[in-house]
Amino acid sequence: MPIELSDRVQTVPPSGIRRFFEIAEERDDVISLGVGEPDFATPWAARDAAIASLEAGKTSYTANRGKRELREKISDYVADRFELGYDPAEEIITTAGASEAVDLAFRALVDPGDTVAIAQPSYISYEPGVIFAGGEVLSVPTREADEFKLTAEGLDVAGAADADLLVLCYPNNPTGAIMSEAELEPIAEFAREHDLTVLSDEIYAELTYDGEHTSIATLEGMRERTIVFNGFSKAHAMTGLRLGYALGPSAAINAMNKIHQYTMLSAPTTAQHAAIEALDSCANDVVEMVDQYDRRRQFVLSRFREIGLDVFEAEGAFYCFPEVPEGWTAEEFAEDVLREQGVAVVPGDVFGAGGEGHLRVSYATGLGDLRKALNRIEAFVDEHV
Amino acid sequence: MSEREVLELLRENARYSTADIARMTDLEEDEVAAVIDDLEAAGVVRGYQAVVDWDELETERVRAEVELNVRLDRETGYDDIAERLARFPEVKALRLVSGDYDFDMEVEGDSIREVSQFISEQVAPVPEITQTVTHYVMTSYKEHGIEFGDGEDDDRLSFSP
Repeated sequence: MPIELSDRVQTVPPSGIRRFFEIAEERDDVISLGVGEPDFATPWAARDAAIASLEAGKTSYTANRGKRELREKISDYVADRFELGYDPAEEIITTAGASEAVDLAFRALVDPGDTVAIAQPSYISYEPGVIFAGGEVLSVPTREADEFKLTAEGLDVAGAADADLLVLCYPNNPTGAIMSEAELEPIAEFAREHDLTVLSDEIYAELTYDGEHTSIATLEGMRERTIVFNGFSKAHAMTGLRLGYALGPSAAINAMNKIHQYTMLSAPTTAQHAAIEALDSCANDVVEMVDQYDRRRQFVLSRFREIGLDVFEAEGAFYCFPEVPEGWTAEEFAEDVLREQGVAVVPGDVFGAGGEGHLRVSYATGLGDLRKALNRIEAFVDEHV
Repeated sequence: MSEREVLELLRENARYSTADIARMTDLEEDEVAAVIDDLEAAGVVRGYQAVVDWDELETERVRAEVELNVRLDRETGYDDIAERLARFPEVKALRLVSGDYDFDMEVEGDSIREVSQFISEQVAPVPEITQTVTHYVMTSYKEHGIEFGDGEDDDRLSFSP
């Protein structure tokens, strides 16, 4: 008698990326532009602090919400960088990656039958997270014509007025889109008018080129209805250390902490030590990485335009989102370019509504490899298009 | 400003084409070419060379760091001595430095014998040079900002969300 799986788990389809892994395995010269994490190592000072904490034997649990010192530093950091004001005691929780924080929010806020509107294309974990929490997903597609920014009209057309929560991710994975304060204001107005709670995933906030990141929580009347997610994975190149955090009104953070204390207990202790140091002394490392990404971004965008694939001016994260040539689906293009040229990119459909016909191209890869990969894509397009 | 940016990119990789540099910056290709011409004409950029890890080659290459102490007199200054030493093709780098000795000189040759001979026959006899201390390079770990060794493997998954 086989173990019977829950309906909830079975509802969620397996990841669309699986198949591509297997194709990539067949070649040994694959250059991957399919990677959603930095190619830089964690800044040395942060690694060193982690090592020192291990040497000192600091390997016990911390407070559920994370070390007080870390929460205080996060509070100062988000105030300084993003004009966000949160009390380290009640309004900040650290988690095993921002992903855990998002999951906690779904479980703390979603009742069975609640509707969660998700601006798409976006990070692939939101939809399963809502389903695991028993909620209903409402896809809100964004469009290339709007540079993949969410609009109030888009929310309205999708029927988000009746939703309970709205999930946003800007700077966006997979498109690289960002939203300015002026562009966020109508979204904030929509949320206030229709009483939506906003979950704003700002994990790529530091990776904003040409300008400053604005958090929707800073807009009028939004702090009380927004939970902000951020973490150390992207800006501080700490993906494997697993450390993120959520900022929000105390009632919501306390509820999230209730789940967290019974499941995770506390975020990885070693990572917390690394994160304290990252906030103390690694601001310059972040600036240097951002400069490198920006250079690559301009290089990749220029090359796609030369190759003849339409691509909008991605201004954040480390992705751009070119359109596949006419007559191709994103999946076909991604599969063939991987098989024939050994370049791995991710078809946009994987990221939900609005992603079809596009490819997520990550430039979290050195310029040498980017140059080679773009040459191969050019050869592929020259041959087939 | 664009000068600094182009210079930074050339120092990162002098083989970036003008087209690549243009793609990475807000400059047009001909602007990049003009900036590079200016940098060369002004003597800011003095040359372009490959960074070689000799340990990866079969042929031997011997390098030494030589500390030099000199005694100046009314007619002879540091520049005069430097000019005389810099002329030798064996001398790859020559710097006046602060501290216990005066000049820091890098010498290259095909064998220890050749380098030793050069120092004892060409350098030491220079009248103003009072002392030489030669350090043969045993292993080089990093040159011109480029780390040698196997490099760090990219152990990231080829696809991640």
